[in-house]
Amino acid sequence: MSAIEILGLEKTYTVGFLRKQEKHALHPLHLAIGEGEIFGFLGPNGAGKTTTLKMLMGLVSPSAGSARILNMDFRNPGVKAQIGFLPEQPYFYDYLTARELLDYYGQLSGIRGRERARKVSELLDRVGLQDASSVQLRKFSKGMLQRVGIAQAILHDPKVVFFDEPMSGLDPTGRREVRDLMEQLKHEGKTVFFSTHILADAEALCDRVAILNRGELKGTGAVADLTAGVKGKVEIVWQANSASASIKAIGAECHVTGNTVRAVLPEEQQENALDLLRREKLRLVSLVPLRKSLEDYFVQQVKAVEPERSGGVKA
Amino acid sequence: MTGRIFYIARNTFREAVRDRVLYNLIAFALLMIGGAVLVGQVSIGIERLVVINLGLTAISLFGIVIAIFIGIGLVSKEIEKRTLYTILSRPVRRWEFIAGKFFGLTGTLVVNASLMGVGVFAALLYVSHHLQKSDGWVLVALYFIILQFIIVTALTLFFSSFSSPLLSAVFAFSLFVIGTFSEDLRGFAAVAHGATGWLATGASYLVPNIAALNVIGSVAHDQPVAGGLVLYNTGYALLYSAMAVCGAVLVFERRNLK
Repeated sequence: MSAIEILGLEKTYTVGFLRKQEKHALHPLHLAIGEGEIFGFLGPNGAGKTTTLKMLMGLVSPSAGSARILNMDFRNPGVKAQIGFLPEQPYFYDYLTARELLDYYGQLSGIRGRERARKVSELLDRVGLQDASSVQLRKFSKGMLQRVGIAQAILHDPKVVFFDEPMSGLDPTGRREVRDLMEQLKHEGKTVFFSTHILADAEALCDRVAILNRGELKGTGAVADLTAGVKGKVEIVWQANSASASIKAIGAECHVTGNTVRAVLPEEQQENALDLLRREKLRLVSLVPLRKSLEDYFVQQVKAVEPERSGGVKA
Repeated sequence: MTGRIFYIARNTFREAVRDRVLYNLIAFALLMIGGAVLVGQVSIGIERLVVINLGLTAISLFGIVIAIFIGIGLVSKEIEKRTLYTILSRPVRRWEFIAGKFFGLTGTLVVNASLMGVGVFAALLYVSHHLQKSDGWVLVALYFIILQFIIVTALTLFFSSFSSPLLSAVFAFSLFVIGTFSEDLRGFAAVAHGATGWLATGASYLVPNIAALNVIGSVAHDQPVAGGLVLYNTGYALLYSAMAVCGAVLVFERRNLK
């Protein structure tokens, strides 16, 4: 069963005063995310990721389309009790302490007295903020605020969690901790929907991803399935003092270190390259197919619209 | 439902209490009351009149400043700082948020006015050495001042639901000032003819009748306040505020949070 179904959600803004123009922040989007999945919502800045999340949270009204979360219409107030949301670069009431803030959010989520106090303490421990629980949030670093943000999103034990750029602004340790936490949430059976433009995180975490660019869905599926369609590359290493012009002519990117040449070239040029090496009687050291990464797929999808962009397509 | 409104109201109250600016304003108002004692002492025979007049005017003026100053940020600050995102992604309806904010600031103002009212009574006790029966009317005047706060809070909330903090402050303060001359506006509407008359009549009903809520002068002269006026003013203030808050809810329900 799908935990989230996005059924043609669309957002159009009108810009300009005298000469009004329509700007599509999001073209009709169709997505289905299964229960217990970690789903990555990828795209460059301005792709429409945050707009989609805001529409799902009821913060922005869609121009058309609908969505269902846990089989309920996304506007149904009952949905809100079962979802958690971490906005991008969260900011909280800075006059409150971390404990007071979580207690307040717990009250708004309908968690009662003792259970609330227990959950708040438990979560402060889980995100490593127990020692700073009595410090006002105005004294918190960006990373600490992100942790508070994650804590408030999962405080009421939601079934579906939406994170908007959860790794943004975190140092490597912080990113690792957030990744671990998201994996824990998956083990607890929760559905995690998160937007990011950090592809390594998505590749390491996600069961499936969707790629959005300029408000349009460019692809969706498991990382392995998406990258299968990417044209592969091979790395060839041989002994020589310089890279010959003939090798470069078949599209190889060459790097010379001492008496070793390392060349990365398209998979389909592998045989041509080997023929050239044989002809020039150069000694082959290694030939390794390079792993097709999500980044390659992403760049391929995003670059596909660049000619359109340079052609001056009106938004 | 009522629980969530209460929690939002309590948090709004807590925010105001932890805001240092609020303490500065209260301290300044108490200083004004202290000043009234000094002026009262050099005003032979009219000490009480001076203390009541200056004390209640200070409470009214500073309360209005607090209502506008805090009120303009009630919604816009939450949108600007995006604290609203984590509130509205919970089972909190937008009208509950607006109602909670309104009650929170109203509560803050009631507590402030009460504290400053204690200051006025302390000043009265100091200059007269005893309280008299007619001092009870000071409480009625204080109650009317609180009704003014409720109206101004609701108006500020209404404006802040769709405009910038600065414009909200200008609109709310302008309406408050026009409202203090609402009797004159009604007088003008009665003698004006044609379109001007219609416009003046419309405007006189649209602006809050703050003049009717100001009985400081008569109370200072030991004149009683009619029970009917208390009832009328209470009903008027509650109805006017409810309409302004409903307006804020209607605007806010349709607003996209960018």
